[in-house]
Amino acid sequence: MAEISIRKVAKHFGNFTALHSVDLTIADQEFLVLLGASGCGKTTLLRIVAGLETPSQGEVWIGGRRVDHLPPRDRGIAMVFQNYAVFPHLTVYENIAFGLRMKKLPQDEVDRRVRRTAELIHIEQLLKRYSGQLSGGQRQRVAVARALAMQPDVILMDEPLSNLDALLRLEMRAELKGVLAASKTTTVYVTHDQVEAMSLADRIAVMHQGRIVQAASPVEVYRNPAARFVGSFIGNPPMNFIPAKKAGDGRWSVAGMTLDGPRASRSEIEFAIRPEDVEVAPDGVPITVRVVEPLGAHTLITSDVEGHLFRAVLDSTTTVRTGDRLTLAPKPDRIRWFDPDTTAAL
Amino acid sequence: MTAILADAPAAARWDSRRRAGRFLMFAAIVLLCAWVLLPIYLLIVNALSSPNEVTGFPKRMLPSFDTGSISFFINFAGVAKALWNSILVAALTMVLSIGIGAPAGYALSRFDFPGKEAFRFLVLMTRAFPLPLLALPLAVMFIRTGLDDTPVGLAIVHTTLALPFAVLITFSLFSGIPFELEEAAWTLGCTRLQAFWKVVMPLALPGIAASAVFAFTISWNEVFAAAVLTIENRTLTAFLLQSLNVSPLYLKFAGGAALVVPALIFIFAVRKYLFAMWGIANR
Repeated sequence: MAEISIRKVAKHFGNFTALHSVDLTIADQEFLVLLGASGCGKTTLLRIVAGLETPSQGEVWIGGRRVDHLPPRDRGIAMVFQNYAVFPHLTVYENIAFGLRMKKLPQDEVDRRVRRTAELIHIEQLLKRYSGQLSGGQRQRVAVARALAMQPDVILMDEPLSNLDALLRLEMRAELKGVLAASKTTTVYVTHDQVEAMSLADRIAVMHQGRIVQAASPVEVYRNPAARFVGSFIGNPPMNFIPAKKAGDGRWSVAGMTLDGPRASRSEIEFAIRPEDVEVAPDGVPITVRVVEPLGAHTLITSDVEGHLFRAVLDSTTTVRTGDRLTLAPKPDRIRWFDPDTTAAL
Repeated sequence: MTAILADAPAAARWDSRRRAGRFLMFAAIVLLCAWVLLPIYLLIVNALSSPNEVTGFPKRMLPSFDTGSISFFINFAGVAKALWNSILVAALTMVLSIGIGAPAGYALSRFDFPGKEAFRFLVLMTRAFPLPLLALPLAVMFIRTGLDDTPVGLAIVHTTLALPFAVLITFSLFSGIPFELEEAAWTLGCTRLQAFWKVVMPLALPGIAASAVFAFTISWNEVFAAAVLTIENRTLTAFLLQSLNVSPLYLKFAGGAALVVPALIFIFAVRKYLFAMWGIANR
């Protein structure tokens, strides 16, 4: 049982605040992804859990034990680093055995665990090689095997796939998900790649400027962004935003349409819709098509509405040309509203 | 058409200028090589010739591989002891400068501390003071503390000469070892010290050995402090300085070769790390 509990953790580097009082609880055996653009504090948060960085304030608990004053070796964690950190002076076998030997396990147990983990990660044929004789993907596998062999309560991963080429990343992603689910450890995984986050996570914690903006399941984060940032960061292409003016109680006027919306005291809020949640219809937002990008399965259309970028993903059977005039109707149940000042969802 | 014709002389001028430039460069290279290689060549030819050939004329271009000069030099009174002193002082210098320099290099590469840049600059500044300037106060202090004319005392002086290089070489070495490797070792159950011994040390060892050899060579070649601070326990350089102007020519050549050849071999062996030092320490 290893639940991770991060309580009011803050981190300052001089005048710069990397983390503003972050609270997050990660359930036992959960796969949590910390997602955010570079510089949002996700790696700092991971390193604080690992013990490689000390928090300026707050507490970190792992498995019911307060660990923020403990060195990394006493926290029951294993970590996979972005650049793999495979020891170049040791063979693959000795790399995987390194942590087990530090635990002073008997030789036959070390051997058993090294071989079993190597088999699981499909590197049993590489055990005698040195890191210099391995490809990037193979090094990545060694790093994962080394962490898994420790049978830790918690595995921490810092952008482990970001140095691999696209195809290999896809392959490793699926494999990693299977292996980690089978190992029954709690996983915290840092990435800036939203597709990776969506595909791997039980729960995604979206970070922005040192805060967790939303922590929810991938579908929830995608469908119901808690803040404007989440909608604009997740999804490719991202959400469309158009300002809305008050047109009566709970009625809002958006680019010529009048829609039912939240009851808010403000006179202006923001209307948001995902590009795939619009369809060509007689009533809706009138647009002039500026760019047409056929993507095979879909056709991506770019236009602007009242000076705001507006994208739509249409079925590729629709024939559209640049300069065409269309009316796009948003699917009513997919419309979201945001407060322009707090950026929170309404 | 006219444009091409007008360009032809310009191109020719450019071409001849480039050729002249190349000639100058090669001439400079040859000159510099001769500057370094010719004395070494003469030294070795004469050291490997018999005493008669050294003093005779005309000179031979190739050595006769006669060991007369060398064996005379080795059996010369005091040489064996001076040689032993040189080795002893150089070995002590090596141990001291690595023992002090490597931790400093590690600290510079791994930690951010106030005054780090100033410290790096100061390390280099220690080379800015000419040794003769320090020799007199040093000699006085050594006599007071009883360190004068001892290998330990001389090794301390040589350590101050070798230390900046030891610090800079080990700094660049440790900087070349990713910090991530140490962090990985910590997460795998190592204390800071264990991570250093099990991960950093094996990776840095060849470079540290090179840095040690360099410190050895600095001490081996150093003559001024050795001549001022020792009387009875002369090192080879100081001994030769004292006795060579009164000894025959072939002895001078043999002594010179005995000093130069080991130093050359050492430096050649560790050249890779010395280049690395300049390459990275300039950043």
